[in-house]
Amino acid sequence: MSENATRREEILGRIRSSLKVDPDAMDRLEVVADRLEDHKRNLVPERAVGTSAKNVKQFCQMMEAVNGTVEHVKSPSEIPGAISKYLRNHNLPQVIRRGSDPALDKLPWSKARTLQVSVGVARKDDEVSVSRAFAAVAETGTLVMTSGADNPTSLNFLPENHIVVVESGRVAGSYEDAWDVVRAVYGDGEMPRTVNLISGPSRTGDIEQKIELGAHGPRRLHVIVLNRPAGSK
Amino acid sequence: MDSTAHNFKKNAAGALNDAQLQRALAHVPRGFVKKRADAADALPEFERLRDQGRDIKNHVLEHLDIYLEAFEEKVVEAGGYVHWATTAEEARNLVVRLCLDREAETVTKGKSMISEEIGLNAGLEKVGIEPVETDLGEYIIQLRGETPSHLIAPAVHLNKDQIEADFRRVHTELPEERNLHEPASLVHEAREILRDKYLDADVGITGANFLIAETGTSVIVTNEGNGDLTQILPKTHIVIASIEKVVPTLEDASTFVRLLARSATGQEISNYTTFSTGPKRRGDPDGPNEYHVVLLDNGRSSMLGTEFQDMLRCIRCGACLNHCPVYQAVGGHAYGWVYSGPMGSVLTPNLIGVDEAGHLPNASTFCGRCEEVCPMRIPLPRMMRNWREREFEKHLTPFTIRRGLGVWAWFAQRPKLYQRVTALASRLLKWRAGSKGRMKNVPLADGWVKYRDLPAPQGKTFQQMWKERGNV
Ligand code: SF4
Repeated sequence: MSENATRREEILGRIRSSLKVDPDAMDRLEVVADRLEDHKRNLVPERAVGTSAKNVKQFCQMMEAVNGTVEHVKSPSEIPGAISKYLRNHNLPQVIRRGSDPALDKLPWSKARTLQVSVGVARKDDEVSVSRAFAAVAETGTLVMTSGADNPTSLNFLPENHIVVVESGRVAGSYEDAWDVVRAVYGDGEMPRTVNLISGPSRTGDIEQKIELGAHGPRRLHVIVLNRPAGSK
Repeated sequence: MDSTAHNFKKNAAGALNDAQLQRALAHVPRGFVKKRADAADALPEFERLRDQGRDIKNHVLEHLDIYLEAFEEKVVEAGGYVHWATTAEEARNLVVRLCLDREAETVTKGKSMISEEIGLNAGLEKVGIEPVETDLGEYIIQLRGETPSHLIAPAVHLNKDQIEADFRRVHTELPEERNLHEPASLVHEAREILRDKYLDADVGITGANFLIAETGTSVIVTNEGNGDLTQILPKTHIVIASIEKVVPTLEDASTFVRLLARSATGQEISNYTTFSTGPKRRGDPDGPNEYHVVLLDNGRSSMLGTEFQDMLRCIRCGACLNHCPVYQAVGGHAYGWVYSGPMGSVLTPNLIGVDEAGHLPNASTFCGRCEEVCPMRIPLPRMMRNWREREFEKHLTPFTIRRGLGVWAWFAQRPKLYQRVTALASRLLKWRAGSKGRMKNVPLADGWVKYRDLPAPQGKTFQQMWKERGNV
């Protein structure tokens, strides 16, 4: 037996003897297997249950309450212009980094003539990134981001300014609703490498409990809500 | 980490007279306590969620062996590795070996109490690997050669001017005349310095707030985003976690997410809650190539089936520290080891032995506020009493305590503060406090009362009240 296997047996053995349980007792195994398979919901707060319109409204309010900013567009074709305007308003260069998400690929980037768009992971000097959210959660104004070439995780953290596009149809009520979508896309019990729940720009209270934005992650988080139902993945 | 828990009385006396520390600690009740109350009030279901959180953890603890096996299976399935460590030393050696094998020169670290428990930084430094703490508070105390004084606010014992002095001392490459008076400028400076460290690091080490058995996922909760940069940029991600961190499903993790930030900082949710499963997948352009989880026991398995089993429900939110009058008075370092406040008083003797840490369970007024706010409804006062009873039986306790002088005996004996406050002075002090029932001037406790009001004793000593309540 490898050293690791020996230590494993030692720890599991000690747990069993402390609990005074039989390692082969089928009923204990079944209880756990059922629980993992059923993944039943616990109590979901009432505020997380609502119509799609209520979810979107609440998502926006909660996001703003944690220092995120939100704007609405009616059509994908407005998005490049909205981004360009946001950058101008904040005195930022017209340069963005994004992943290869097909929905972002399809946007008419050339409409925003000054905007320089490149595709790939975040690099040290990238100032602005653009991602598309996998989903969002109304309960706490939370974005759900999944890793992959479509929306590399580094874009969520390295640049100082993060712009996120989310379709209104992807705004769920609760975390549990979002997990259902994750399971539908990735399979039961499966996850992408990283799922980030993001609620507002980075902050710290480590110096005399005074809240400062932009600790290590983005100083600004801007959400563009596209008001139309969810498309395909 | 080496312990000075046996020196609690001396540490506490020193802390009470440390004016800098007292000024910093005054932020604790002002900040955390009110924010937690507001957050709890804002969610009508909060109390029921606490019940459920408690029940889920109890269920897990009763089936801990099986959940750990299930978790391991899913990690391996996702392409990760699980390493088991029975002791702190084993865990430390394991992590150091993993780093050495990858020829690591620098290692970035997210905030982790297990890292403190196993003395990881010292272990890495010994073999010439540079550990870089990236949580701002942890970074600050690393510069100072200190340990965290709080579960979630490791630098809560420091004031802004102390931090400014440290940055000037260490960041000598920056212009001397720069302005560092505002917290914002300090935060910005740390951000810039750490940026390169993230990109250069060979290994990233994080803790885990939860491990999810259903999916083989580790979860970290941060506000800064440092834990994320730590785990996505280096080639190797190592997670260090203790065995009781496992929860069954994503749904169960969600229940704890609802409880954790509200109890800790009063946020509805922390800025970043990150679910990591295995190494990066085929086609992923970023993320680590390797994913390792080190599972640490270090005495926890022996707490199962004892009167201390409930302690293993702890989610390290820090609420019991924030609400504890003793913690508020002396801060975290006085407790002498990794964990402080009520949870530390119960956990530390379990992990490093009652001979070393037997004083800690006395560091309580038994006011019960810790249990009132603990999201996991851990009966902390009851367990502190259990320790005291055990100590009593073992006759480890000093003679005065065995005679029944009560909890405050050690305080009453030594730091002169309590000689004055308790016993004969009690009535006098009440008179001095006048109608407001608060006093600003206690002889010999300048450090303490300068930055907070001391509630005046209500004309009876603690021992008298203790006796009247039917306790000996
Ligand atoms: S004992 Fe309870 S209140 Fe204290 S840190 Fe643990 S979970 Fe939080």
